[in-house]
Amino acid sequence: MLLEMKDAVLSYGKIEALHGISVEVNEGEVVSLIGANGAGKTSTMRALSGVRGLSAGSVVFNGEDVTKLRADQRLRKGLVLCPEGRGIFPGMTVTENLNMGAYTRKDKAAIDEDYDRVFGLFPRLLERKRQVAGTMSGGEQQMLAIGRALMSRPKLLMLDEPSMGLAPMLIQQIFDIITEISQQGTTILVVEQNAKQALSRSDRAYVLETGSIVKTGTGAQLLDDPSVREAYLGVA
Amino acid sequence: MDFDNLINGLDRATLDGITRGSIYALVALGYTMVYGVMKLINFAHSEVFMVGTWTVLGVYTVIGATSSSGLGMVIGATLLALLAAMLASAGTALAVERIAYRPLRKKGAPALIFLITGIGCSMVLVEVFGQVLRFFFGPPFGRVTVNIPAVLETKTVFTIPGVDLAVSNTRILIIVGAIVMMLALDAFVNKSRLGRGVRAVAQDPDTASLMGVNQERVIMLVFVLGGAMAGVAALLYTVQYDITKFDIGFIIGLKAFTAAVLGGIGNLRGALVGGLFLGIVEVYASAIWDSSWTNVYAFVVLVVVLMFRPTGILGESLGKARA
Repeated sequence: MLLEMKDAVLSYGKIEALHGISVEVNEGEVVSLIGANGAGKTSTMRALSGVRGLSAGSVVFNGEDVTKLRADQRLRKGLVLCPEGRGIFPGMTVTENLNMGAYTRKDKAAIDEDYDRVFGLFPRLLERKRQVAGTMSGGEQQMLAIGRALMSRPKLLMLDEPSMGLAPMLIQQIFDIITEISQQGTTILVVEQNAKQALSRSDRAYVLETGSIVKTGTGAQLLDDPSVREAYLGVA
Repeated sequence: MDFDNLINGLDRATLDGITRGSIYALVALGYTMVYGVMKLINFAHSEVFMVGTWTVLGVYTVIGATSSSGLGMVIGATLLALLAAMLASAGTALAVERIAYRPLRKKGAPALIFLITGIGCSMVLVEVFGQVLRFFFGPPFGRVTVNIPAVLETKTVFTIPGVDLAVSNTRILIIVGAIVMMLALDAFVNKSRLGRGVRAVAQDPDTASLMGVNQERVIMLVFVLGGAMAGVAALLYTVQYDITKFDIGFIIGLKAFTAAVLGGIGNLRGALVGGLFLGIVEVYASAIWDSSWTNVYAFVVLVVVLMFRPTGILGESLGKARA
């Protein structure tokens, strides 16, 4: 198992956002976490990436307990989050943003290879290399955020709402690329409000409701599940 | 009001203003960098500068440099004093961070608490030089102004023709020194990998940590860099004014802070612009009105500028500091 989060409790002050959830991701899988606004999807990602510490529970990554590690230490182990709302550095250029992804790396030749890989996946970024990232469109910023995360050479790439605020055609395109990244050998955990896209692209999925996991199964199973269909896919 | 006085001595006043402003600008960098990364005004920074001036005095005393030393001694003593002042000021800044700020950060204390501990650190450092060291070692420590040997004797290097303005070696050292240090710092922050980490934390600390940037290390780095710049300022100050005092940091710190806000706090180039602007305005205003009101002019300018440009003259953040 590549990632195992066990009985994780996360609180903001007195408010408990996650009430002891457990999530597992195996090597090579695409796993998705779906749920409504405020269900705790982003909190789960924050806890996994180390941006926020847990008040109880544990996170084991690649056989190593990383519960007490900070975000920058977890990144060095290959646990990489592409944050919600893209989190690009608006004042830096496209190249500088990608450079930030490779911040901890010193393997110059491999970094250059990864540039080529990112520009191969996102030709648009190559065209906009020198543009200041804050002036790009939402879709381009999302591509940049994913590209930057790839520059960290993730073992597990976690994506928080990659489709947020994008036009339907772009959502399709972003998910195509996520599938491609997975086929290139990166394990993926994706959090999505767009349940239909996420489930149809995932090996397995979890349904999160108000800080607890209420359902789990393969993507296909959940797509056929009547309660999931009603609550998240808008069909009765 | 005596505009003739200013017009007649405009060249001289401008040179004075730039000299003064260069020192403000160097000290302002410390405020601006720490603010850019932590959104915190480090009120102990004035004492970081003060420690630097005493270090210069210490070096001169230990190696016995005086105003009548030979050329080799002058260069050696000045360089050694520069290095020692940079180290001492950087060390002081780092110690302040460790003692006054880091423990609070670990506990997630509200922003206001940091200001109080910063002011507390400032008072402690002032009294260390004003009382504690005097108790143990006697003079020169204490509450009086202390002379520092004018190791680098002031000599006119060239005269600007037409206006007949004499430019001395000390002026050149101060202005060129300040500009070189600022360019070096600017290049470091904008071009190097660590500098990119600093800018990333300034723009978005959480995302920066997701890129593997160690925020604690970036914070240490900005205190060290800001402290070192204050050390350079301390040496240049002693070259120009040949004195120090236990509370010498107070007014300089306040002016440098003003300069940082004037230029746009959090912005490196803003510190340079704000420092030079403030220095020149002070000298001009002193020539027109009364020079004993110098400090008043500085703050009048601050109020007026902030009325029209609340974010300062350049008004960007450290993260966005690019041309």
